[in-house]
Amino acid sequence: MNYGPLLFLGFFLTVASSWCGLVLLPQIQFGRQQAVKIEETGEIYPQARSGLAEQGRQIYRANGCLYCHTQQVRAQNYGADIARNWGQRRTVSRDYLYDHPVMLGTMRTGPDLTNIGLRQSDTSWHLLHLYNPRITSPGSIMPPFRFLFAKRKAGERPSPDALKFPSGFAPASGYEIVPNAEARTLVQYLLSLKANAPLPETK
Amino acid sequence: MNAPAPSILNALSPSDIEDVAERRAVLAEIDASCRNTLLLLFGASLTWLLLGTVFALIASWKMHAPEFLADISWLTFGRVRPFHLNAMVFGFSTQAGIGVTLWLMCRLCRTPLLYGWIVDLAGLFWNLGVAVGLVGILAGHSTGLEWLEIPPYATPLLFVSYALIGMWGILTFRFRRERHLYVSQWYLLASLFWFPGIYSAAQILLIMQPVRGTVQAAVNWWFAHNVLGLWFTPIGLASIYYFIPKVIGKPVYNYSLSVLGFWSLALFYNWNGMHHLVGGPMPAWLITVSIVASVMMTIPVVTVGLNHHLTMWGNFKKLKDSPVLRFMVFGGMSYTVTSLHGVLLALRSVSEVTHFTHSTIAHAHQGMYAFFTMVMFGAMYYIIPRLLKVEWPSAHVIRVHFWCAAIGIMFYLVPLTLGGVLQGLAMNNPDVPFLDPHKYSVVTMTLPYLRMRSYSGFLLAIGHTAFAINFIWILARWVKTLRLPQLATPAPSL
Repeated sequence: MNYGPLLFLGFFLTVASSWCGLVLLPQIQFGRQQAVKIEETGEIYPQARSGLAEQGRQIYRANGCLYCHTQQVRAQNYGADIARNWGQRRTVSRDYLYDHPVMLGTMRTGPDLTNIGLRQSDTSWHLLHLYNPRITSPGSIMPPFRFLFAKRKAGERPSPDALKFPSGFAPASGYEIVPNAEARTLVQYLLSLKANAPLPETK
Repeated sequence: MNAPAPSILNALSPSDIEDVAERRAVLAEIDASCRNTLLLLFGASLTWLLLGTVFALIASWKMHAPEFLADISWLTFGRVRPFHLNAMVFGFSTQAGIGVTLWLMCRLCRTPLLYGWIVDLAGLFWNLGVAVGLVGILAGHSTGLEWLEIPPYATPLLFVSYALIGMWGILTFRFRRERHLYVSQWYLLASLFWFPGIYSAAQILLIMQPVRGTVQAAVNWWFAHNVLGLWFTPIGLASIYYFIPKVIGKPVYNYSLSVLGFWSLALFYNWNGMHHLVGGPMPAWLITVSIVASVMMTIPVVTVGLNHHLTMWGNFKKLKDSPVLRFMVFGGMSYTVTSLHGVLLALRSVSEVTHFTHSTIAHAHQGMYAFFTMVMFGAMYYIIPRLLKVEWPSAHVIRVHFWCAAIGIMFYLVPLTLGGVLQGLAMNNPDVPFLDPHKYSVVTMTLPYLRMRSYSGFLLAIGHTAFAINFIWILARWVKTLRLPQLATPAPSL
């Protein structure tokens, strides 16, 4: 093994082999997947997200939500994802067609969010939870995202957007907490998270 | 020159130079040519190590104290964590690895580092790129792809400077004076070639011309696992192959084992990545291929482990005297343990439990710290005094560094691995609530382990500080010897 060119050929062939196997083959097999028409409902799935939800997706990315929350549901007999009601079916690659970047996540410090829009569809719950997770979920170790909200002096008429706190959590009297655009779009994104369409490949 | 039998001693101590004084002069010339470049790379990498440690502590503390530094958007957990990872991976590990690679390459090729100022320039660009990228992550510009978070506006800087550095490594090889290749050189050449390949493939397919849907996840983990397998692991193994025989003055146990270990690593490691997606929304065949390759990793790991162990055999008492050896052997043993542990974690039945838990985080630190970082520490302890021709000022401080790092990382790994398994078992049992402050729940049961992780981080931080102190101290001594040249060198005989 003293001949340089032969060594380099070996280096090239080994890494090229896995590139073909793990990158090129998947691209050929499912890199050009398209949305399909769901027979039961007649709708096209998946749909591209609304502009607001897509903006919220960028907030989700920028603040690294993916380091604690996955967006993938494992199959019925593998783990307890379905038993925990994180989804009615496993997720498949078609569910992620319009996601860039795909944020499957590798860690479940918090629960899976694939179907959070179905599990929790209340906007004000999400806003309160983002403002201080321990209001809605005692014992949570999620960081608060108060920097996505503004604390303002309440005028004579309080803002219609102001958070409505349960007793004990309200800000000092005369002040109100109003979500920024970032918080509102992030909630739109969370509400848009649902992967429940009965795709043919999940049956 | 045609080397006779593949004698490994040959490369360690050049047989073509009979005269000891002349041989010393060659090595001194090489070390002098590397000095400024390596001091820059090592100094900068230590700076990132300290910064990365601070961010690690912040991230770890936030896991059990979510209100800590919570109101500064730049310091929210989801930004601090990728800052830590990228500072350690691209600021510290890659840079230290490049420094060690260049030095080993020059030593084994018997060639001084030519035009070192070009590498200096590349090093400056590299640090600029890392700094811009990390500030970008804190500002919320992360790409959202694990191990590739550095925003696209910083990556060209990284790429250009790496291209220069990698080219320099290969040029040094091209102009080598020693024709015989030592096992370390296979690993180093391979990694110099592999890293830009996987990095540019990932940048093109994920950022410039992104592939669609979950193919991104495949590319992402093909890259992320290969950073470990085709970049850090070869540099780490090359260092162990060089420094253990060097310090104990004995050749590597067996040449055939070295060949087998190298090529089986090259064949199997790069197919491992998809085991990060076990159970995910991917075709089963893709995952299975990676699980098979992960199991096949047993071959290189056992081969290399045996080769290192049998080289050390009979010399373990030297661990007492040589801090370099201590770091190297700790790293080498960790490599075996972490890789075999990795084989286990790749299995579907094990991954079902451990995949989404802190066990995975522990495993990553087992590889990156207990193996790679410890080996880099050892290499720096060997190289720096030779560059400066000054001894380490304090053996005591080196001991503090070693024991804080060794005990700290064990105290990190054992509880977190165990806690992760318990976390996974709880998560897979639907009767255990996910979050309940008054009961055994998935979230709250992890808290004691997360706290222990934070405490272990303080030990590691003490170790790193000790290293930094010793580094600054030896630099100060070196500067002193420069100021008194007449006293430092004997008067020339006329």
